[in-house]
Amino acid sequence: MSELFAQAQALTQQRFGRVMQLFAPLYISNECVDLCDYCGFSFSNQIARKTLSVAEVQAEAAYLKKQGFQHLLLVSGEDPKAVSPDYLAQVLAGLRGDFSSLALEVAPFETEIYQRLKEHGLDRVVVYQETYDREAYARVHRAGPKRNYARRLEAPERAARAGIRQIGMGILLGLSDWRQDATALIEHVKILKKRYWQTEWTVSFPRLRPCASGYNPPHLITDEEYKELIATTRIALPDVGIVLSTRESPELRDELLELGVTQMSAGSCTNPGGYSLASESTEQFEIADHRDPATVAAAIMKKGLEPVWKDWESIL
Amino acid sequence: MNDLLIIAGKKFSSRLFLGTGKFPSGEVMAKAAAASGTEMITVALRRVNLVRPERDILSFLDKARFHLLPNTSGARDAKEAILLARLAREAGLSEWIKLEVIPDPQYLLPDPIETLKAAEALVREGFIVLPYIQADPVLAKRLTDVGCATIMPLAAPIGSNRGIKTREMLEIIIEQATIPVVIDAGLGTPEHAREAMALGADAVLVNTAIATAANPILTAGQFKEAVVMGRGQFISQGKKTEIFAQPSSPLAGVIGQ
Repeated sequence: MSELFAQAQALTQQRFGRVMQLFAPLYISNECVDLCDYCGFSFSNQIARKTLSVAEVQAEAAYLKKQGFQHLLLVSGEDPKAVSPDYLAQVLAGLRGDFSSLALEVAPFETEIYQRLKEHGLDRVVVYQETYDREAYARVHRAGPKRNYARRLEAPERAARAGIRQIGMGILLGLSDWRQDATALIEHVKILKKRYWQTEWTVSFPRLRPCASGYNPPHLITDEEYKELIATTRIALPDVGIVLSTRESPELRDELLELGVTQMSAGSCTNPGGYSLASESTEQFEIADHRDPATVAAAIMKKGLEPVWKDWESIL
Repeated sequence: MNDLLIIAGKKFSSRLFLGTGKFPSGEVMAKAAAASGTEMITVALRRVNLVRPERDILSFLDKARFHLLPNTSGARDAKEAILLARLAREAGLSEWIKLEVIPDPQYLLPDPIETLKAAEALVREGFIVLPYIQADPVLAKRLTDVGCATIMPLAAPIGSNRGIKTREMLEIIIEQATIPVVIDAGLGTPEHAREAMALGADAVLVNTAIATAANPILTAGQFKEAVVMGRGQFISQGKKTEIFAQPSSPLAGVIGQ
């Protein structure tokens, strides 16, 4: 193992322990008013659209809970009508008592809305800038509210101001030069860490996957470079959690869980109703790790780490 | 030698407390606990899974053998710490609570103001309170005054393995203490633990240095020996009776002259 990887691993183990937190994404809607070249949910795609009712969300959540999950990430496209703050408040309230922590990866909101959602049980907000390269950003976000770069850039800060405890930031690899984007992300997190010193920050580096849009990413990153990115980020931000999705292959995920990753999803479906409702809705992207949660947990243990299903209390 | 540690009327023959975070598995944690000889183990409530106990952290620990000390990890203010303590009691875990009020996710340093507020409220509610604090002698006194069972000052930030960086203040806390002083956080090697005990700590709490060692079980045994050695050095230096000893320059006749 290279010196870089060894240092990243040592730092991760010292700060976070020999553990891996597990969470599940729950897609609540694929309706979207944004026109984005790379996304399966893009407005112009002719796909089967669906927004789950509160009862349907609860059914999906019950399925995930049975598999052991205590940490849920609720995901949707951006649609102010279908996925309104009122709807989200109801969804959160309907899940609050049953899970240790609830996260939202939806459209960015104003501070007052984040405050309101926090009162309904929101622990964590995830909002990725996708790319810090303004030209690349403008090229792929063609229309809709997401086209506003600045509004998205300031979203983590608005969530922090609302007192959201954990905030996830990230870049979508493939849109622009990954080294420049990663550097910008790290600087962004460093600035916010100083200003909002009580907030817990995490970062994530989703890589573009095949989807209904058929988009060809102009900037590819190899698996070796991806490992380097995770290890370098760990060293630059020793106390910041790194989140990994099922966009990566089982082989690479098993390697990455030693290099700085602190939380990962498992057994994910990326379409609303995909877990238990036999939904015909279209997925956001194809996942690459198809192992069920128990198999992923076994792989984590094989690497000498303890899979942690619960690391929070809903009363906090 | 009859050298027992007494906290809130309960006797402990081991002066090494263990944390349960960061271990590579529940099995390794249980073996390390056995090798350490500890009798007091702290568990983060946020990790306790009362709904699904199969691989829960508690399922690996023999509650008859270890005194379980729930902690309030995750609490950022007094209100949250109090809620967690009540949850632990309602779940039948314990009336003892290791009070951690940590608003700073970077260095995990405790908030003195909120800790004092929470300690005061929890003592009133009948909890046995063991607060984790900065090495601040005045805060230690204030917490003693409100009825805490111990004080647990840090040697260095949690998980930093940096050793005793707050020595001068720890010496003052120990010199002035009327309740047990448990040095908690920052002890990265058995040598650090020995040093802390030789300084006069009544006990030490270790987690990261054992849990993330290449061999946690062997390391736990080394900490056990180091704690015994440090305690022995402290006693053999005669410092244990210092508070009752005669000053070397008698004050009689000086005052009032």
